Amino acid sequence: MTPYKLEPSGESTAASNASHSPARAALVRARSRRSVLQQLGLAGVSLLAAPALAPALAGELVTLPLASDPRERPVTRDFPQKGSMILQRTRPPLLETPMEVFDRSVFTPNDQFYVRWHWAAIPNSVDVNSFRLSVRGHVNVPLKLSIDDLLKMPRVELAAVNQCSGNSRGFFLPRVAGAQWAHGAMGNARWTGVRLKDVLDRAGVKAGAVQVRFDGLDEPVVPEAPDFKKSIDIDHARDGEVMIAFAMNGEQLPLLNGFPLRLIVPGWYSTYWVKMLSDIEVLDKPDDNFWMAVAYTIPDTLHANITPGQTGVKMVPINRMVPRSFFTNIAEDSSFPADTQFSVRGIALGGDRGVAKVELSSDDGKSWQPAMLGKDYGKYSFRQWETNLTLTKGNHALMVRCTNLAGEDQPLAPNWNNSGFMRNVIETLRVVAV
Amino acid sequence: MSRKILAVGCSTAVLLASMPALAQQLPAIKSTSVELPSGDSLFSGGARSDSINNNCLACHSADMVLNQPALPRATWEAEVHKMIKVYGAPIDDADVPAIVDYLVSTKGAK
Repeated sequence: MTPYKLEPSGESTAASNASHSPARAALVRARSRRSVLQQLGLAGVSLLAAPALAPALAGELVTLPLASDPRERPVTRDFPQKGSMILQRTRPPLLETPMEVFDRSVFTPNDQFYVRWHWAAIPNSVDVNSFRLSVRGHVNVPLKLSIDDLLKMPRVELAAVNQCSGNSRGFFLPRVAGAQWAHGAMGNARWTGVRLKDVLDRAGVKAGAVQVRFDGLDEPVVPEAPDFKKSIDIDHARDGEVMIAFAMNGEQLPLLNGFPLRLIVPGWYSTYWVKMLSDIEVLDKPDDNFWMAVAYTIPDTLHANITPGQTGVKMVPINRMVPRSFFTNIAEDSSFPADTQFSVRGIALGGDRGVAKVELSSDDGKSWQPAMLGKDYGKYSFRQWETNLTLTKGNHALMVRCTNLAGEDQPLAPNWNNSGFMRNVIETLRVVAV
Repeated sequence: MSRKILAVGCSTAVLLASMPALAQQLPAIKSTSVELPSGDSLFSGGARSDSINNNCLACHSADMVLNQPALPRATWEAEVHKMIKVYGAPIDDADVPAIVDYLVSTKGAK
């Protein structure tokens, strides 16, 4: 039983495969950035890579259980340092982790960890000897740290879930524009690196600092467009948990997951986990850049929920994650022998707290039975769960619910907002016992 | 602040303090070069797709659009104007109607 059906196909998602696009002219604008990037030790930008790799042709298609068509996506192996991934967008890459990957291990392998970039000017080469991480702004001593400098600092390791703000957007009804993810815009890894606090202390944060802003090496194709930068409050930045990772599951990061350095903000949505982190700027006033003030904002309501069409809602930057749980060994429309015990399992996350319990219901939420929890890798990690079920003949709705250590659980009704953020409804699978 | 670190260190075995042992286990960080798929496929439709092909593919590949659900015309108009005003897409005003028409004919909803 695989959660999603794999089907052979000879078709590509995109309409044709012309090798030369008239849009190329516009790409030339990006060239002026090349010299800057080379100074940083970067050989070029992916857009300028001359040879076009084979697109995801003649491969498998996966059918995602989204709220509406199109539900089929190519399964691609065309991305560097990546295995089999669901192709949501080729450029800039949006690659989704197939659900069955979460069934195999509590940690998501690097080569199947999901990928999400905002801008297409992604350096495709990073020289670790010349790379420098800047620390500047409202500090006593601005720093330019090499990878070696960071490797010599006290080291920490943390298991943490990285989840896109828009994970599961493809289930939103009414539908909203954006990456049409199923549940695979998330992953769990052991992150190794240094505390952000230690780096900030080395620079010496001046009195009056209020936020810390993070920027990576990626840049917009159009120079006028807003560069992707994110900020967190100074106390959060110095909490001793936010870290700068140079390793993921014991290896250096895949380039598409942010090599050589990535900010880790445990318990918070991935938008803050800046990839290819190259610049840390301590601010003495709140960051009002587009990516904080406009993009990635949510209604300041329970579950970030509003009625479609509702206006005049106070918006705040998206922040901490909330509890979620998933089935990983069964899929919608699975069938089972009636009156026969079978094993159901999956994963859960508590959000910014640990998982307290995971429960299942096979009667539309009227009664719930607890699942057994797997090994605890810390409050920010996925937690595996497993239980046995026996179903009577007929149709059943299987539901799974996680409650975290703060007593927060998942709602019975799905939330809705214009951006498709923060889905955490109790997930339901329709199955049949025969 | 130090109290908080201590508390974390005690309550979970996962956030480790300084870990010299791990330094030997971690492989060296090596320079990396990759090539990314170009994603330069065009929208189909002949002349009808000229405007969208000429204006939209510099920043993103066509599959982003083709994977969207059916959306109302007003939503597509808003998307195109967001690309221009917010994300700086250099699109001529004269091309906007043809782009929106293409999106509505391909991905329109009532």
